[in-house]
Amino acid sequence: MTMMTAVTLIDLANPSRFLALTNRLSPWLAAATCLAFAVGLSGAYFAPDDYQQGATVKIMFIHVPAAWLGLFGWLLMSVAGLGTLVWRHPLADVAAKAAAPLGAAFTLMCLITGSLWGRPMWGTYWVWDARLTSELVLLLMYLGVIALWRTIDEPTRAARIVAVLTLVGAINIPIIKFSVDWWNTLHQPASVLRVGGSTIHPTILTPLIVMLIAFTLLFVTLHLGAMRNEIVRRRVRSLLMMQASAAAGS
Amino acid sequence: MMSLGPHAAFIVSAYAAALVIVMALIAWVALDRRYLTRMLEELEAQGITRRRTARP
Repeated sequence: MTMMTAVTLIDLANPSRFLALTNRLSPWLAAATCLAFAVGLSGAYFAPDDYQQGATVKIMFIHVPAAWLGLFGWLLMSVAGLGTLVWRHPLADVAAKAAAPLGAAFTLMCLITGSLWGRPMWGTYWVWDARLTSELVLLLMYLGVIALWRTIDEPTRAARIVAVLTLVGAINIPIIKFSVDWWNTLHQPASVLRVGGSTIHPTILTPLIVMLIAFTLLFVTLHLGAMRNEIVRRRVRSLLMMQASAAAGS
Repeated sequence: MMSLGPHAAFIVSAYAAALVIVMALIAWVALDRRYLTRMLEELEAQGITRRRTARP
């Protein structure tokens, strides 16, 4: 790690400096997100039908990015969990708490859009195969983490417990990714990220990649906004505690 | 106008669901920000800051 990187990380550990940085970055990120969605959605609109799926391939332009962000959210929470337990970084638990509702929402989006694709293609909205079941488990894990954050009042204590649970739950991430290889599933095997390259035609792959970038930018923009809110929430909480102790002492 | 074929209802429903979820997330962040900013301003207006608490 260079001296410059170390200095930057130390600067970001200060919540006030982090807030100033997010205030500067957020408009640019929001603009980049809108631009990426404009390009991605127009690409999805003009993409040709798939030779097997027909026009239902258009659902993939939202289903695949939602699936990616469901996994990305948990990976982010796992890294933040390490930051909480190992380095005790002041922003690590803020990042983890802000990521949980976002990850849950995108996992839910993945399950809904997958079901709406499955009904015309497989003849059923749902099947208990390894990929779908492990994705549902991921949603339940997100909901458990959100419930835990809400149950424990003291943020630092909640952060440590959630970090342990998150790191244990990270075992589900490779299970989701490789479930289609390890078990015989109705869900098709990997077609975007796979050894030997993607099996998707460039006329569909290109808008799909742009949509992946657009959704990721959306996640980052919303995550920074949610982190900012969490920092302010903790300030409000400490002020309310000061107000209560002042009232008790008077 | 693009033709979505016999499964148009499923495609439109999937995009509608995605739009609802994205809008809900944006609303959650924006409304939470407005509520917390107002709370912070009200507390600071009462003289309660991290360095000094006003006593009656």
